[in-house]
Amino acid sequence: MSKTIKIDGVDVPFEDGQTIMDAALAADIYIPHLCHKPGLSPHGSCKLCTVDVDGRAVSSCTMPASEGQQIANNTPALKEVRKTIIQMLFIEGNHLCPSCEKTGDCTLQALAYHHDMLDGHFPQFYPRRNVDASHPTLIIDRDRCILCELCVRASREVDGKNVFAIAGRGIKRQLIVNSPSGKLADSDIETEDLASHICPVGAILIKDHGYEVPIGRRTFDLHSIAETDLEQVILKKTVHHDA
Amino acid sequence: MNSVQGAAPTSDLTSASYHDDHLLHRLYALQQQFQHIPASSIGALAAELCLPLAQVEAVIDFYSFFHRTARGRVDLLFSNCTSCGDLSLMHDLCQRLGVVPEQTRADGAVSIGEASCIGMCDQGPALLANGRTLTQLTPLRLEQIAERIEASTPIEQWPAEWFHVHDNVRKNGLLLGTTFSTGSALVAALEKGAQTMLDEIIASGLRGRGGAGFSTGMKWKFCREATGDAHYVVCNADEGEPGTFKDRILLSSHAHAVFEGMTLCGYVIGAKKGYMYLRGEYRYMLPELLAVLERRRKLKLLGTAILGQSDFDFEIEIIVGAGAYICGEESALIESMEQKGGVPRVRPPFPVTQGFLAQPTVVNNVETLAAAAHIAVHGGGWFNAHGSDKSDGSKILSVSGDCTTPGVYEYPFGTSIQRILDDCGAEHVQAIQVGGPSGTLIAPAEFERKLAFEDLATGGSFMIYGAQRDLLHVIQNFAHFFAHESCGFCTPCRVGTTLLKNGVDKIATGHGTQYDVDELRRMAALVKRRSHCGLGQTAPNPILDLLQRFPQAFEDRLVHSDFEPHFDLDKSLQEARRLTHRDDAEAHL
Ligand SMILES: Cc1cc2nc3c(=O)[nH]c(=O)nc-3n(C[C@H](O)[C@H](O)[C@H](O)COP(=O)(O)O)c2cc1C
Ligand code: SF4
Ligand code: SF4
Ligand code: FES
Repeated sequence: MSKTIKIDGVDVPFEDGQTIMDAALAADIYIPHLCHKPGLSPHGSCKLCTVDVDGRAVSSCTMPASEGQQIANNTPALKEVRKTIIQMLFIEGNHLCPSCEKTGDCTLQALAYHHDMLDGHFPQFYPRRNVDASHPTLIIDRDRCILCELCVRASREVDGKNVFAIAGRGIKRQLIVNSPSGKLADSDIETEDLASHICPVGAILIKDHGYEVPIGRRTFDLHSIAETDLEQVILKKTVHHDA
Repeated sequence: MNSVQGAAPTSDLTSASYHDDHLLHRLYALQQQFQHIPASSIGALAAELCLPLAQVEAVIDFYSFFHRTARGRVDLLFSNCTSCGDLSLMHDLCQRLGVVPEQTRADGAVSIGEASCIGMCDQGPALLANGRTLTQLTPLRLEQIAERIEASTPIEQWPAEWFHVHDNVRKNGLLLGTTFSTGSALVAALEKGAQTMLDEIIASGLRGRGGAGFSTGMKWKFCREATGDAHYVVCNADEGEPGTFKDRILLSSHAHAVFEGMTLCGYVIGAKKGYMYLRGEYRYMLPELLAVLERRRKLKLLGTAILGQSDFDFEIEIIVGAGAYICGEESALIESMEQKGGVPRVRPPFPVTQGFLAQPTVVNNVETLAAAAHIAVHGGGWFNAHGSDKSDGSKILSVSGDCTTPGVYEYPFGTSIQRILDDCGAEHVQAIQVGGPSGTLIAPAEFERKLAFEDLATGGSFMIYGAQRDLLHVIQNFAHFFAHESCGFCTPCRVGTTLLKNGVDKIATGHGTQYDVDELRRMAALVKRRSHCGLGQTAPNPILDLLQRFPQAFEDRLVHSDFEPHFDLDKSLQEARRLTHRDDAEAHL
């Protein structure tokens, strides 16, 4: 008999060492997530995957599954919490979706659709952030960075490099590049690296590829985030919709 | 770690217990020498310390006491705490010296800014001058300071008595009133053996004094049982909760008991190395603390073969922080020890199994360790003969705010709040913030409540607000504190503390409506419940407490319309009016 947890009343088997997120994805249950990506070490920063375990709020991407946990995931209250967190991510940065090359392929935007988010709700912070266009094939637009550290982890854990880091404290946190000038051109990143492709939003983009897939036919114009994030696991594809 | 001498300046403090090759220490030295961290020094420093460049850059930007552009040769940081701060003094001095806050004066002589609570709440108003503590500020003292700045008198030549910090112990109790004989806890430990000593600590009922109140004995037991290449003891002397200064007294006048508690813990859990993480604001105590460690080494109470026991080795090193409240959180503190920004780790694993350098680590508060040393000598029964049902022993409080005798008071757990107010001469009290901004705001109806983990818990902060205080203003101060100190790792706290701050500001400046209050409540609930660590989980407390206990404080300020925008349109037109030289009625809304 394998061990199980209960997610929204459904028994879900798990193995020791799996997180709640691992167990859920393996059972085709979608728990919204943004800073998590199977294959990279869990991070626990965006808090979109927050669930209530026996009444306590936990991040499902970092919390080990353990026998008998009663987990609330797809509830109206949690949907509202997650929608608010998504709105918070939108308003702390500068997201002008219609003019962003990532539109339709952006995980943040897709999560907003999924949670019926119609506006940013809160007053915009309008931070001043820098663009780094120094690299011949890549561009960083920090206005869109949501500090998920997927690029940081991809570079360290998969690419075997250490191109990115997050610096600063609080609302001033920002993505920096580990190079003498702080510019991407000065780093050892290459276009083929996972770190060049993993950004869930339009903060790291490949240059010279614009609007190849017309708006209206992009991933999230056709599929919901729940479908694509689960499919990736079912098909054991390594390529993500935003890769 | 060995000391490495390099191109960057090192301090003359290098000793067996203070290593210059720690990134925070090296950056401190650079900041002192150049009033900022010169961009040109960063590459060499990273190379020398074998750290990635981006790690050094990230650390510089994380801690409040490191700067990218030069501060003044005299850099004054006024505490903005409600107990040890007085920003009106700061603004007066700025005016006197022609300084804009947070901007270095053109001649480079002086800069003036703010710091979060610097732990001088019993002798405020206070400031840090190039990192050195100046207390009991008066307009006269500021006048004298201004004269010296204008005369370019270096801080080292300012009168020494200006920098004197008093203990202000007002009431002794179980710990402060019992003389600790240096070495006695270790002698007792060697007599009894590690297991028996552990049982004694467990039996004493001692719970952590840093806030969370976890059983100290159980923490030591888990760590002792955890496997690793090495075990570590960490003394949390970050004391950053506004209104807390009781660890300051333990460090200045009872350091032997604290270090002995660390060594005792090392003996029990099988650690050979201990670290004290001292908040940067307490750096003035470093020379004396190092001297105490040196004395202990001479007394064979530290180092190899302690008290002649061939298999009992223990060393203590001090790491000094650089202005970040979050580094008091134990896993953020460990990150900081590992030369990184203070970002709390994901838990589990907990430090007792994977702490410093991923090894089993006990992190304990200063007072907890001092109490453990006393328990080793006098026994668990001596300790738990005092206190309440679920809270054994005594608690050392830092009492500040509107009372006649602020200072340090030690009480058995179970003491009523009213008793404390009577002792410190507090009258016409409107409210008390028990446990600092992350604790509980209580109203007079609750003054018969008890000091205890099961009733009103506190890490030691006890801030009293008299009838004349504007409580909304107090809560606004706390909201700014949390937004400033949030590490920024998780979304709810990073964005939420700023939204809370903006919301309180809007109401406090008379632009808030009922809608804004409802929004504040909703955001407070989200931040409290969904944040990653204790900072975010407690940051909304003052707002929620004020809403619950003093709703009038909000209501009095509300605009009675359904909605008010966050900006003032008429004010925004000011610029246009100025440019067009118009000020007629038509040019106003
Ligand atoms: C934001 C934050 C700040 C903290 N600051 C301190 C501190 O300054 N000193 C302290 O002893 N504990 C502090 N703590 C609690 C520590 O995380 C930890 O629980 C404590 O050091 C454990 O020691 P104890 O069991 O002896 O209390 C803080 C916790 C949080 C969440
Ligand atoms: S650049 Fe993209 S992947 Fe990297 S932290 Fe920002 S949002 Fe995440
Ligand atoms: S709750 Fe605040 S301080 Fe704690 S991890 Fe999140 S952002 Fe950092
Ligand atoms: S997906 Fe779990 S915290 Fe981001």
